[in-house]
Amino acid sequence: MKLDSKIPEGPLAEKWSKYKANQKLVNPANKRKLDIIVVGTGLAGASAAASFGEMGFNVKNFTIQDSPRRAHSIAAQGGINAAKNYPNDGDSVHRLFYDTVKGGDYRAREANVHRLAEVSNDIIDQCVAQGVPFAREYGGLLDNRSFGGAQVSRTFYAKGQTGQQLLIGAYQALMRQVNAGTVDLYTRTEIVDIVMVDGKARGVIARDLVTGEFQRHFGHAVVLATGGYGNTFFLSTNAMGSNGSAAIKAYQKGAAFANPCFAQIHPTCIPVHGEFQSKLTLMSESLRNDGRIWVPKKKEDAEAIRAGKLKPTQIAEENRDYYLERRYPAFGNLVPRDVASRAAKERCDAGFGVGSTGLAVYLDFKSAIERLGEDAIRARYGNLFQMYEKIVDDNPYDTPMMIYPAIHYTMGGIWVDYELQTTVPGLFAAGEANFSDHGANRLGASALMQGLADGYFVLPYTIQNYLADDISTPRMTGDEKEFVEAEKEAKDKFEKLLAIKGERSVDSIHKELGLVMWDFVGMARTKEGLEEAIEKIAAIKKEFWSNVRIPGSGEGMNVELEKASRLADFISIGDLMARDALNREESCGGHFREEYQTEEGEALRQDDKFAYAACWEYQGDDKAPVMHKEDLTFDVVKVAQRNYK
Amino acid sequence: MGTFFGSSIGRKFVMGLSGLFLIIFLIVHLSVNLCLLVPDGGETFNIAANFMALPLIKFGLQPVLALGFIIHIALAAQLTAQNNKARGNNKYASGNNTKEVMWASKNMGILGIVVLAFLVVHVYDYFVPLQITHSAQEVTINGTTMHDTYSLVKANLQNPVKAILYIIGALGLALHLTHGFWSAFQTVGLNNSIWRKRWTVIGTIFAWAISLGFCVIVVAMLLS
Amino acid sequence: MENNISLTLKVWRQNGPTEKGRFETYKLEKVSTDSSFLEMMDILNEQLVNSGQEPIAFDHDCREGICGMCSLYINGRPHGPDDDVTTCQLHMRKFKDGETITIEPWRSAGFPVIKDLIVNRNAFDQIIAAGGYTSVSTGGVPDANALPIPKDDADEAMDAASCIGCGACVAACKNGSAMLFVSAKVSHLALLPQGKVEAARRAKSMVAKMDELGFGNCTNTGACEVECPKSVSISNIARLNREFLKAKFQD
Repeated sequence: MKLDSKIPEGPLAEKWSKYKANQKLVNPANKRKLDIIVVGTGLAGASAAASFGEMGFNVKNFTIQDSPRRAHSIAAQGGINAAKNYPNDGDSVHRLFYDTVKGGDYRAREANVHRLAEVSNDIIDQCVAQGVPFAREYGGLLDNRSFGGAQVSRTFYAKGQTGQQLLIGAYQALMRQVNAGTVDLYTRTEIVDIVMVDGKARGVIARDLVTGEFQRHFGHAVVLATGGYGNTFFLSTNAMGSNGSAAIKAYQKGAAFANPCFAQIHPTCIPVHGEFQSKLTLMSESLRNDGRIWVPKKKEDAEAIRAGKLKPTQIAEENRDYYLERRYPAFGNLVPRDVASRAAKERCDAGFGVGSTGLAVYLDFKSAIERLGEDAIRARYGNLFQMYEKIVDDNPYDTPMMIYPAIHYTMGGIWVDYELQTTVPGLFAAGEANFSDHGANRLGASALMQGLADGYFVLPYTIQNYLADDISTPRMTGDEKEFVEAEKEAKDKFEKLLAIKGERSVDSIHKELGLVMWDFVGMARTKEGLEEAIEKIAAIKKEFWSNVRIPGSGEGMNVELEKASRLADFISIGDLMARDALNREESCGGHFREEYQTEEGEALRQDDKFAYAACWEYQGDDKAPVMHKEDLTFDVVKVAQRNYK
Repeated sequence: MGTFFGSSIGRKFVMGLSGLFLIIFLIVHLSVNLCLLVPDGGETFNIAANFMALPLIKFGLQPVLALGFIIHIALAAQLTAQNNKARGNNKYASGNNTKEVMWASKNMGILGIVVLAFLVVHVYDYFVPLQITHSAQEVTINGTTMHDTYSLVKANLQNPVKAILYIIGALGLALHLTHGFWSAFQTVGLNNSIWRKRWTVIGTIFAWAISLGFCVIVVAMLLS
Repeated sequence: MENNISLTLKVWRQNGPTEKGRFETYKLEKVSTDSSFLEMMDILNEQLVNSGQEPIAFDHDCREGICGMCSLYINGRPHGPDDDVTTCQLHMRKFKDGETITIEPWRSAGFPVIKDLIVNRNAFDQIIAAGGYTSVSTGGVPDANALPIPKDDADEAMDAASCIGCGACVAACKNGSAMLFVSAKVSHLALLPQGKVEAARRAKSMVAKMDELGFGNCTNTGACEVECPKSVSISNIARLNREFLKAKFQD
């Protein structure tokens, strides 16, 4: 496998302009002759599909939901970063670039991140023109807030619903193209395979989730914008439908899967409270601005709380351990997500956890309420407090919130070059589905930025560079043997699933996988644990393929069948994550290997050995994948140990 | 794109305007009827009633009023039919437990039918003897001969069954107006979150003022 | 405090769009009051799968009240007996031990049933496609701060834009009207200078599409506003009426 990142020559700050000046273009008459398939309608997918349509390409856009507006980008709360420097606090493209590379613990590609920072300002302009109702000041200009990992205020927001508003902006742009006839929208339709013709991606096999029918779709190029694979853990902050199946199909067709082990664990989620739990709810990172995190200092207090004999409000101030403030006096409660998450786990593992399960810590607003008054806190976080109260039935104004880390975002994904093209020609990946910009840890408010950057301002350029050589490739009908064979293969897989007729529900197996992932491939990983995880995942795979029970048939809507097909792919991803984590003998960002930590328990990178993206190549269903390295070089950023003390 | 009157909002606009027009008629009607309460043996009322029978009003305004009623009723029938179709064939088995919704707002059709039924009785009681058969008695006031409308009303409302019917009609009208009044302003677009409260309060007061006005007259006539 | 309750569930089952549906009754024991309504449905489905039956199909995705995917008409109310929440945010502590819960799909001619509790809300996409956007293409737009917008307008636009497109308004409306949904989008964009440019065209085409798709006429009952999980106000409907009438009178 050849990994050519195709980074343009020249100084970092000029690479993108240079690329654009020299790339190949497709003239308007030829654009009409070219078809692009876009899978997914989140920020990356919808913005790409809309932009391609506006440019004059024929677009087919697919979503598994009933409407493009349901994509999980909608759930992002906090905001979107941009280097506008409106507050005049010293921000710049360079600083945003630098913060992002550093925040990613020096495991991202410099050129990509710089481009991301460059186009960040265009995104804000574009969204405002679309009518996104960003928060404003009384003077009528846009308001900014600050977020973790930055010393400037560069985050634009729309109440606590920034993702929703940005997605609706992209969705509306997309629907405008649907109305104009440039985009054909396929809702409740899932991609079940990618069709390869002469070594290039030339289409997809889709399954209509309502009728169960298979469809063949041709495209001169295929863009995957299908989000992350956090649901491998069963419990995550992802939506129930979020899945990694399209990414796995790409991997199985020869696209390299990069850094699968880089998964972000968000520190402020509502803790797990029962076996029936279906997902974890995130409480915005912004809460850490005013909330103080603590556990009891004495083990007997923690035990009494767990037994329900003691209330947190009864613990005296001197018996509370504000462990983040104690360990990281400089950043306190505002340390980056990975650091805060690990610290919570450390306390709970040591027996100081609270809640009935002992897997929770307190996020306390008492001193903020004393300092600012309840009204000020209500104005800042009212809707979050209300959300917490609806779920937990506890009033966070009186008793501290309970939180615990949960899987939130996956930095790893399909490997792409500078043009966002995978190792399969004609197959592109955008947004969370690719691996490119966040390294080993993503900063808050950067996911929205990346999704829209890829869709609005990167792919519309780079895909032309690819398609310019394809203008004389005629449309295929879908009756070519490659399409027929791919469809048959997909159909066979579904029939195989239906034929198992075992004893166990899809969810019961998925929960089992999730527990293995959380215990061994979660916040703290060890060599032995990961080896055990690989074995256990293999056993789960066997169990799944021999004992899953899917009622109903392949005709018409069959939700269990959909879930089963996705679980089959989650099992593959789980295995890949464990292998990657085992390979990466260092701790960085969201990946923490217990063997590699400083004396104080901080992550210890091994830059001499692991300053590369680990790219996994599929070798067949029962063979171990092969790892290739894309070495990361840092010409501009000075690589250093992250220090938040 | 559809025509104005073919659009839902266009039709609703006409519905609201015709409603507001009928509200103006109600104000005039009640003003004239309040003359019944003048203790002069019906003289003032008869003069007012005779004024309303002037050819200009009779042939000029009455058809407009009739048209107002017809438009309001015909559109109501059409919109209701469309709404029933839009609701679909399957009704909710668990009914409707939405709180805070005014009863009248959900039953404007029924209330409209109550008002319409009352209107039929009312037309039969007065319009027919006064303007078609001319079977009503006559009286001469200040040298002018006119129908003795006062005696007609009095005779009619001293029948307790009729009086009760008239009171029911007035109450139906009140409920119809408690929703109809502010709703008309909402429909023609003259509303926002501040005015909504104002229109609702004004509408409620207006509805009951009109309705109780009529009721007072009925009771006064019944007891006179 | 956490409790376990037992429930009788009357659930609408329908195999396909053209098939005849019926209510099925299920018993569920020991449901934690800490679980969400949809987690209760998960438990029921697990029970059904384990006994070899087809699970109940229902729409859901984010399970945090923002994607608008979940629906369900529960005991006479869209999104169930709690206020200002979607079904996925509804928790079982709102129900009593031994209670019978009736669960139905959204009922409206505009939202035909696909299977069990899943309805087709594609009509909403069609209405947005008819004009629920600003006609700007990617690139070539002015600086974001080039046009100051009064904070009050921006906030009001945000309130209207908070609509999640779940369809509870249509489900709650005795007329099957989509006016709250349409008015939220028309208001959101009409309140901002970026959207004002084509406000007239937008109001006309979105209303025309809404009518064409067979949604009912608004009679201002306000049920939509009460059941809207995001508390979108019907003053938006007055604004839509205004925008539409203004546009039509200008023709």
